[in-house]
Amino acid sequence: MSGTFVGMPAFPEAARGAVHNATLRANLRHATTTIRRKRAVAVAELSDWAELREAGKQIKDHTLRHLDRYLEQLEDAVTAAGGTVHWAADADEANRIVTGLVKATGETEVVKVKSMATQEIGLNEALEAAGIRAYETDLAELIVQLGDDRPSHILVPAIHRNRGEIRDIFRAEMTRWGRPAPDDLTDTPAELAEAARLHLREKFLRTKVGISGANFMVAETGTLVVVESEGNGRMCLTLPETLISVVGIEKTVPTWRDLEVFLQTLPRSSTAERMNPYTSMWTGTTDGDGPRAFHLVLLDNGRTDTLADAVGRQALRCIRCSACLNVCPVYERAGGHAYGSVYPGPIGAILSPQLRGTDSDIDASLPYASTLCGACYEVCPVAIDIPEVLVHLRERVAQGGQVTRAGTKVVLKPARGHAAERAAMRATRWALTHPGAVRAGQRLAARTRRFHPSRLPGPGKAWTATRDLPAVPPESFGDWWKRTNGGTRDERGGSR
Amino acid sequence: MSSRDLILGRVRHALADLADDPAPYAQAVERSYLREHGERTVGQTVALLADNLADYRAVVHRCTGPEVAGTVARLLSARGARTVLVPAGLPPDWSADVTAVRVPDSLSSTAYDLDRADSVITGCAVAVAETGTIVLDGGPGQGRRRITLVPDHHICVVRVPAQVVSSVPQALERLDPARPLTWISGPSATSDIELDRVEGVHGPRTLEVLLVDEQPTPSDHS
Repeated sequence: MSGTFVGMPAFPEAARGAVHNATLRANLRHATTTIRRKRAVAVAELSDWAELREAGKQIKDHTLRHLDRYLEQLEDAVTAAGGTVHWAADADEANRIVTGLVKATGETEVVKVKSMATQEIGLNEALEAAGIRAYETDLAELIVQLGDDRPSHILVPAIHRNRGEIRDIFRAEMTRWGRPAPDDLTDTPAELAEAARLHLREKFLRTKVGISGANFMVAETGTLVVVESEGNGRMCLTLPETLISVVGIEKTVPTWRDLEVFLQTLPRSSTAERMNPYTSMWTGTTDGDGPRAFHLVLLDNGRTDTLADAVGRQALRCIRCSACLNVCPVYERAGGHAYGSVYPGPIGAILSPQLRGTDSDIDASLPYASTLCGACYEVCPVAIDIPEVLVHLRERVAQGGQVTRAGTKVVLKPARGHAAERAAMRATRWALTHPGAVRAGQRLAARTRRFHPSRLPGPGKAWTATRDLPAVPPESFGDWWKRTNGGTRDERGGSR
Repeated sequence: MSSRDLILGRVRHALADLADDPAPYAQAVERSYLREHGERTVGQTVALLADNLADYRAVVHRCTGPEVAGTVARLLSARGARTVLVPAGLPPDWSADVTAVRVPDSLSSTAYDLDRADSVITGCAVAVAETGTIVLDGGPGQGRRRITLVPDHHICVVRVPAQVVSSVPQALERLDPARPLTWISGPSATSDIELDRVEGVHGPRTLEVLLVDEQPTPSDHS
């Protein structure tokens, strides 16, 4: 099973190893540079990109504004089409529901379509504990699962691996899970894809239960949409007898027509394609075609808490394209693992602390894992103002305040780590309301210039470790102004 | 309290800070984006479809109605296909010259049975020029979703220009969400190795699209 994110250190510690790993940095730089260039071309093909982006934002905002109504409509439509709808308030409940549904079929193995929601709730681990083996079938997820690794990118969870590493993992690990890799496997991508095809084919043909997420759920029709490339999604959605889809409640869109926006923006923004190779759309069950039983598990797991935050709720517009990861200078250097969540990168930095709260070191540090350069906002196809939410979350971490946790309003205390920052701010506030003291301090600082250290001692050390301490001028601006009457008298005291 | 009521209650509680929004949905979203990109003649739209299909490594052939049987037979024999899946409702003349064994798709055939078929021939519901996409909706001549997935070779016949639209918005207008839909843009592919596209993973690794001219379009004579 893939590794865990539990007990992650704060972002700076977690990133320290990554930034010194030359292979990892080369892999990330290569992959993100490639996709950035291609995405720009794919987006430029549509002259109405800005209008599509704005419409996508408005559709999502409107849906969130009336989410209760649309969820009820969705439930009715899915039920009328032959599906069964389940509601899960948190990860544990979702895992219990899915495990129970699989057990009821009598099966002990499932095939999975890549799904962020099931990663988020740790479904594979829960299934394993219940004696059910979950096979990841997306190529990158397979690489992560075989390598007992953690995902590091939303779209390409194995982005941190290059072709040589992938070949080594396939050769060493495939045999434990089923059909082994060919002995003469090379590291050409086509051969690696072929090895995955052969390895997974027997599982697709045999397995009776499929588990997926969904990119979109249409409230008016009850239609679910899965956007993919490889065909593993189609295999899992159509060959098994039972299909279980675990989907976050924010994936709802009101109408069929709304797909015309997202089916244009999502593929171009994520894989830089005019259209991804395969998109599946299904409404309940169809006689003779595809699964006979369809279960939809609607997942909250912190989403309603996020919805309660007037600034932070825009993160729920996210369609998981991962364009923000690919343009982020911090992500490119730190890699995905340092974010300590299945949602890395800029979107992860605002989503994880909202879905999980800011109690842990890693979640409290994520809002700071950014330079606020704004590239993420620029590329976001639903115009999430990620820098705005980052600053908002920093404020919450440093100052505390009211938040919603599991549906209940609670007041957060200011984080301990920010005591020095708060003390400095208090001192600044006092000083700015006592101009005489500031003047005296400035004169003292000017006269003792020669003795100033180049690095600050104590808690200030962290600040000057990467910056020069600014030199104090011999005279403050205020004193100079007074002495020269705003520059109208010359330096020696006479009028100009 | 059920989890359903709990979640819906949390949603309502979370939105309590917002003022009422009585605007109907039709007015809530500003749809100033385009219905299609650029102006083209019918002939140019079909040509764009062919270009975009080929750009994502589908193999495109153009022929007239009477040539379909010969073209299909030629493609199958060039590939050495011994068995070919034929869905119910496929026009009989499309597979009239086929020498490979024709296997009708039946509900009793298992996934293993499908895995033994070399090729599959289908029609489609609509094709999208701007994205190079064909959409299957399980209608006559298209079969169940699995038959165009498990075999390694898919021949899809598109009637042009009747089944061709320019854009994604136009395609959605033509489709019925109640049907199981599969949008196909080229053979299966992956970007999972170093974020570069490689064709050929789980779906058919060869997609051949026959654009069948059913009526001459004005632009073809211009």
